[in-house]
Amino acid sequence: MPKQVDLSVELAGVKLKNPVVAASGTFGFGREYGQFYDLSQLGGICCKGLTLHRREGNPPPRIAETPMGILNSVGLQNPGVEDFISQELPELRRHDLAVIANISGDTPEEYGIMCRLLSAAGVDMIEVNISCPNVKAGGLAYGTRPELAAEVTQVAKAHSTVPVMVKLSPNVTDIVQIAKAVEEAGADALSLINTLRGMRIDVNTRRPILKRNTGGLSGPAVLPVAVRMVWEVSCAVKLPILGMGGVSKGEDAAQLMLAGASAVAVGAACFADPYAPLKVRDGLAEIAAVQGLDRVSALTGAVMPW
Amino acid sequence: MKVEQTCKILSKRQLNAYAVEMDLAVGDMVRASLTGPGQFVHVKCGEGRLLRRPISVCKWRACEDSDTLTIVFEVRGEGTQWLARRPVGHSVDVLGLLGRGFQIEAGETYLLVGGGIGVPPLLGCAGSCDGAATAILGFRSKDRALLLDEFSGSCADVQVATDDGTLGHRGYVDQLLRQELAGERRYRGILACGPKPMLKSVVKAAAEYGVPCQVSMEERMACGVGACLGCAVQMAGGGMKHVCKDGPVFDAGEVDWNA
Repeated sequence: MPKQVDLSVELAGVKLKNPVVAASGTFGFGREYGQFYDLSQLGGICCKGLTLHRREGNPPPRIAETPMGILNSVGLQNPGVEDFISQELPELRRHDLAVIANISGDTPEEYGIMCRLLSAAGVDMIEVNISCPNVKAGGLAYGTRPELAAEVTQVAKAHSTVPVMVKLSPNVTDIVQIAKAVEEAGADALSLINTLRGMRIDVNTRRPILKRNTGGLSGPAVLPVAVRMVWEVSCAVKLPILGMGGVSKGEDAAQLMLAGASAVAVGAACFADPYAPLKVRDGLAEIAAVQGLDRVSALTGAVMPW
Repeated sequence: MKVEQTCKILSKRQLNAYAVEMDLAVGDMVRASLTGPGQFVHVKCGEGRLLRRPISVCKWRACEDSDTLTIVFEVRGEGTQWLARRPVGHSVDVLGLLGRGFQIEAGETYLLVGGGIGVPPLLGCAGSCDGAATAILGFRSKDRALLLDEFSGSCADVQVATDDGTLGHRGYVDQLLRQELAGERRYRGILACGPKPMLKSVVKAAAEYGVPCQVSMEERMACGVGACLGCAVQMAGGGMKHVCKDGPVFDAGEVDWNA
């Protein structure tokens, strides 16, 4: 019988009872999957992306299946930050897990206002999304230019009393350059990767499946891209990393941790299996136990590159 | 707590060249989560395909050993092809029952309007109407027709239309629907399921005759439980609702038919 492994990790000073976090946009505000199991079994939840005001999102179809992946173009549909604070946060607080609010703004000022409101409301951490591929204004633009990424980070930090984690886009030539800019601007942590831009076409109708033509790719297809980017970023910056992208089992999570992630998020895998985050947690614990580790955090950055 | 279940395929049969009927042993799923006809199950169709396939429930039976569900689906792509080829005795991973179905008042008379693979869930409605419902069923052609005997056995009247006239009335269901609404029988409401263009013309006819109408909608879906916000339907009021959680059945008046 392998010994018990300590699963707890720390992400920018926030304690997680285990390294598995629900990824933003795949888990709502927890209510739906909370009907399947106690959310307290998760290390944390990155909530559905919030904007200052309510957004209805993009017209359907918003979802397309691809080889080992899923394209989505939801477009940040959400009730707005104030509704989240009054309607969703109290419900989430009934569970014992880290609550990470994910935010997107059209301007740096909007990021600032949301950080102030969410800090006051007592979330554990703020994930600043500068990488949504599915909205026109803001979104991805902030994540593809180092000086804009730095500006948003500075504003977010200036208005927050809780740790600020910046979510990076993989849709750039050099993610390290963006990561460094965000680190210098004062971010407390990084999360990566957001979805990769993609497209699927119905050959009979000659129409793209998604109404907005293109969307963001997630699922197992993107895992190797995520592992590579986490590794490159962790080699170049000192910030802790929440790694994500295609994680559906313990081994995937272990790869991201070895590449340098302190914790991992599980997203699209929930669609096939609502229990995926718990299975990732158990699979990760088993790998650590078999390898004789006292704590799962020993995996972080322990890759031995050639 | 909701659950996903491994469900054994008890039997299956080909209803026509395209549609498969499958009986599943679903544990206590019917007793635990059935609210009425029009709900769906979300079925995993092989390891390589990440998205489950939403399939409407045709019939159900609650039983102490194990509840059974009958689903009917059309082979449309790789996922449904995989499911259709699963042998009897094998199991499939099922999430359900999900969604909000048709609202049917006891003792009232309803007019059921179905098109193509939208027909099977209406059989559940017929069962909830104590044999008093009228069904108008449309298909592309005779070789696409399905479940006609079952509807005859559970409805007061069944009328069939085919696009090419190979069975019943030649043309669309809304022509039969208008005839029926102009006739003597009075209906508490219309319950409709089928392709969107059909729903649109049914809703138009219902509005002309002032009969309330409920419609079952389809949209590309991911999670099936309301978390990912993928399966959006645009509402007449400007907002979005979601097929998996708010639907699949909506009041016709809620939906933005011009979207």
